[in-house]
Amino acid sequence: MNMIVCIKQVPDPEIPPAKFKIDPEAKKVIPPPGVPPVISVYDERAVEAACRLKDKHKGKITVISMGSGKASDVVKHAISMGADEGFVLEDEAFENLDSFGTAYVLGKAIQKIGGYDLILCGRQAADWGAGQVGSILAEILGIPVVTLACDIDAVDKKLRVKRIVKDGYEVLEAPMPSLVTVSSEIGLPRLPAGVGLMLARKKQIPVWKAQDIGAESSQLDKANAHTEITGLSVPTRKTECEIVTGNTPGEAAVNLVLKLVKLI
Amino acid sequence: MDSHKGVLVCGEIAEGKLAPITIELLGAGRKLANELGEDLSTLLMGSKTGGLGQEAIAYGADKVYVAEDSLLDDYNSDAYTQVAANLCQKVLPSIMLLGHTDVGCDLAPRLNGRLGGGLAMDCLALSVDPATKLLVSTRPVFGGNAHANVVSRSARPQMATLRLKIVPPAERNDSRQGKVIPVEDKIDPSALKVKVVDRIKEEVEGVKLEDAEVVVSGGRGIGGTQNFGMLRELARVLGGAVGATRPACDEGWAPARLQVGQSGKVVSPKLYIAVALSGAMSHIAGCLGSKCIVAINKDKEANIFNVAHFGIVADYREVLPALTTKFKELLSK
Repeated sequence: MNMIVCIKQVPDPEIPPAKFKIDPEAKKVIPPPGVPPVISVYDERAVEAACRLKDKHKGKITVISMGSGKASDVVKHAISMGADEGFVLEDEAFENLDSFGTAYVLGKAIQKIGGYDLILCGRQAADWGAGQVGSILAEILGIPVVTLACDIDAVDKKLRVKRIVKDGYEVLEAPMPSLVTVSSEIGLPRLPAGVGLMLARKKQIPVWKAQDIGAESSQLDKANAHTEITGLSVPTRKTECEIVTGNTPGEAAVNLVLKLVKLI
Repeated sequence: MDSHKGVLVCGEIAEGKLAPITIELLGAGRKLANELGEDLSTLLMGSKTGGLGQEAIAYGADKVYVAEDSLLDDYNSDAYTQVAANLCQKVLPSIMLLGHTDVGCDLAPRLNGRLGGGLAMDCLALSVDPATKLLVSTRPVFGGNAHANVVSRSARPQMATLRLKIVPPAERNDSRQGKVIPVEDKIDPSALKVKVVDRIKEEVEGVKLEDAEVVVSGGRGIGGTQNFGMLRELARVLGGAVGATRPACDEGWAPARLQVGQSGKVVSPKLYIAVALSGAMSHIAGCLGSKCIVAINKDKEANIFNVAHFGIVADYREVLPALTTKFKELLSK
């Protein structure tokens, strides 16, 4: 089974909000200093889903990440988890693309890799979280898509996918190739193991530019963007936290209840 | 671009009725249509749509397109995408609104991919820019720590999914006039590639996390599966539900479906009790809509105190039993 997983490097979302800063003029988020970026949480679970399929059915996992600078770190992370190879898509023309632009570039890279049975994406990115690249990519490639998967298996050359819904899940059967977006309910990603870490360290991660994948400049032109961010702000919240005290923690608890009981 | 006109709401039917999100979307859509001086139409897809077309008119639609087919009985991504895309290509709406629901989360991005529009998901506010007449969609980014305004200058339709319970439902007026138009196109079965094999409803014990009026959430500081029992007891006394942070779920102390936060559930109860959790950006994103947040943490510098209304700085093990006992005593009266 040949799988391609699309992953993204994002600023660490587990930071305290005090470290979160934006530049409202540039409509950009200022990366927190000294905190290394990480693989987007859903994308890591997409890699995990691929690894589970590989454990069970054998196959090959290729990861691609569009990004600048250190995107090879997340590709290496995926390799340390069990992926076989990976590519970074990096070009000035790829910066600040909207969801259509991103899906276009990923699609071009996927067409270059070719021969896939399954494409996996996270349900959304942990930073901008547009939540649509996977679906647009499937439309571009002309293959079926199943979103919000919490379990994926292959049975009789078909994919069997559980899709999370509000009060349970659906079981869907999709042909191969298809694209599946993965949700966090799929469960914990594995920790990189010794062999994987060693492989990842040694592995060369090729970088593909626009011309390497045949991406046309008209498709990457910001003037043709489908969406544009026209404003970015940090919502103001005014909360004064009243610290409730007492002679003992238990007494503080009683005092707190007396304040809260009106609310419920 | 000028060939695209009007606002189209993609409605949802639940148990034979217009789903609450549909009535909210009609309210939001009506406002946008009035500001633009254009029509509001609705698409209803289902196997039995009965008098729902008239009902949508009463809630504000000028035209209701009704697609009735047994293949549209339950949500089917391929079938719904096909019907909605065909209609959009005929009607050419300038704006298309969907709910940020199980259906909308799947249908909207796919439809967008097919139509080449411009989509903003999970919107908290929708407005028309008075100068450009463009739709401005406000949505949370970076786990809700920032809000972005999204605009589509030329791509059509301008699409948005609206978060539930953000706008008030439209008011019903049964004397409103409108037109119900059946969608005649038959569904091409060869385009239905993904089969729905089964639908499993998971029963939850007690109150559902998303519906609970009180949520008691634990974080990494809880320290183990067993200690979550104290949170469950407090939640039980308050008629609420238990939640957890991502690290607590990752540790296996609580099931993943109880995760509150950016990659879990977004809750907005009356009372949110955050126990032994620091308040990472990703967690806060899931509970900020709560009316009252209470923090119990032994670290007085913990970020959760920055968003909480009340706090106790102490080890939760010494606070929770007294809290539970006192609540029990007062609520039993």
